Amino acid sequence: MADIAARGPITISAGGRSSLHKLMQRKSTIAFLMTLPLILLILVLVAYPAGYAVYLAMLNKGMTRFVGLGNFAFLFGRDTFWMVVFQSCLFAITAVIFKAIIGFVVAHFVHNIPSKGQRKWRGMLLVPWVIPPAMSTLAWLWLFDPSYSAFNWILEHIGLDHVAWLGETGWARFSVILVNVWIGAPFFMIMYLASLKSVPEQLYEAAAIDGATWWQRIWYVTLPMMRNIIAITALFSLIVTFANFDIVRVLTKGDPLNTTHVFATWAFRVGIESGDIPLGASVSLFMVPILAVAATFILRDITKRGSEV
Amino acid sequence: MADAAIAPTTTATAAATPAHGRYGSISRDRRWALRWSYFFLVLFAIFFLMPPVYMFITSLKSSAEISAATNPWWVYSPTLSNYIELLTQNQYLTFFRNSAIVSVFVVIITMVISVIAAFALARMRFWGSAALATGVFLTYLIPDTLLFIPLFKMFAWVNETFDIQLMNHWWTLMILYPTLTVPFATWIMIGYFASIPKELDEAALIDGATWFQTLTKIFIPVALPGIIAATIFTFTVAWAQFLYPLAFTTSTSELVLPVGIVTTLIKGDVFNWGQIMTGALLGAAPPLIIYAFLMDYYIAGLTAGATKG
Repeated sequence: MADIAARGPITISAGGRSSLHKLMQRKSTIAFLMTLPLILLILVLVAYPAGYAVYLAMLNKGMTRFVGLGNFAFLFGRDTFWMVVFQSCLFAITAVIFKAIIGFVVAHFVHNIPSKGQRKWRGMLLVPWVIPPAMSTLAWLWLFDPSYSAFNWILEHIGLDHVAWLGETGWARFSVILVNVWIGAPFFMIMYLASLKSVPEQLYEAAAIDGATWWQRIWYVTLPMMRNIIAITALFSLIVTFANFDIVRVLTKGDPLNTTHVFATWAFRVGIESGDIPLGASVSLFMVPILAVAATFILRDITKRGSEV
Repeated sequence: MADAAIAPTTTATAAATPAHGRYGSISRDRRWALRWSYFFLVLFAIFFLMPPVYMFITSLKSSAEISAATNPWWVYSPTLSNYIELLTQNQYLTFFRNSAIVSVFVVIITMVISVIAAFALARMRFWGSAALATGVFLTYLIPDTLLFIPLFKMFAWVNETFDIQLMNHWWTLMILYPTLTVPFATWIMIGYFASIPKELDEAALIDGATWFQTLTKIFIPVALPGIIAATIFTFTVAWAQFLYPLAFTTSTSELVLPVGIVTTLIKGDVFNWGQIMTGALLGAAPPLIIYAFLMDYYIAGLTAGATKG
């Protein structure tokens, strides 16, 4: 297309420009060829499967017959499904809020100390993010072990009762959220720390001269300056947390009584382990609305900043 | 920062003339803020580092000591038997080898595809290039948990139609992982390439360099920090991926580390925790070692992924 557009002015100008014309043609062709592997990968392994999931979701279990919205109707009639919806939302929203708060607080503490020591602390605090989640969740599984729990050992020694960390619905939900917060909070900390450093020091000096308390400084200076990065980090994290699989899978496998299942783990249970691929595909499709909303907001922010620059 | 620089001088004034209580109190506040910061940082560091430390403690224990239920936070008779057993066992070494080969190849495939495509998208505008860049970003937001079921079905179809068995082979993962790593790596590389001044490559083009030469002689060297960051990230993602190998590989000879540890070291209800923790710790070692040496690149990549646009 660019070639067609470019041809106009070139044909008008003198004939010696045909080499330029060729160059233009070559440039866009080369560029297209350079992006071809990327385009093919996205089309074949991402876009096609995403569309195929919608089609699969409308077949019967044996994938022989088209059932329209039958799978969705079936899901709406099941209590387990509504429990999964509730748990997915509870898990994602609670975890993102706590990750954001802890990340914000820790970023402030790191920012407060002399810059010489900051690198060391930052390095230490990011470790949970670097360890593969499946492996670190195993450590948590062992910390929560019903008979050898290291946490219960501490509770026992300070005179408290044992807790069935993964055995009771309430505690099991708490545990999966805790592990998610543990893994994700360092990411928020790094993002917020980077953005804290970009707040001009003069603003704080001006606030201090005006007699602002530390709370006012955070509320009227830090938060407005960081608003963008807070929002975008939370949206990114919401997408990742909502689609989380590793933690619940390793820690509880959805137990007790499916109460800790999120969309991803339940889709795996139904689609792969029980062999009902269409139903599994329909379950995983329920992640799309939240993803779409978050993605729209992120994209809007990015294009806005793009046009500002 | 500025406060820290001012602090010593104000302390000196306050000490010399106690009448100026106001300045003294500012520096005292500052000192207390610093103490509190360190206090809470230590608390958070304990929270963030506890699971990996506990992994290490358990990995040094014999099964007898674990089942004796002594103080879980202390090793009374440290032993390396878990490490020796695991590293002389063919199975664990197979997992490690599979993980290493898959991760290295995924890094190579990803970096080749994404650096070339990002260069074309950042510099050689062609019809649809802006849409494609947005598309890359959107695919980066599509999680693996949405794609695994349709991909599973597609691979089954490939087997039926072309008689190529893609299921249950470790090398299949080299086809699957790029769906996660390529969009991300391309996205951060577009950001890095776009920040290179246009004059640089214009000068090269005027001097008669081809597009390929511009890429290899100018863009890659200048954007090297970005390339290193993207490489580290791709490696970390490939090493840690859990869902795809869990869904697509089942034979023990074809498993990669995270899945291998979770499925083979946990045999029914018998948990050999010493070995599980050792396996998980050794499995977490490669990303941790890379992180320890290239922390600054790692953090640069982390912040670039969400903010560059």
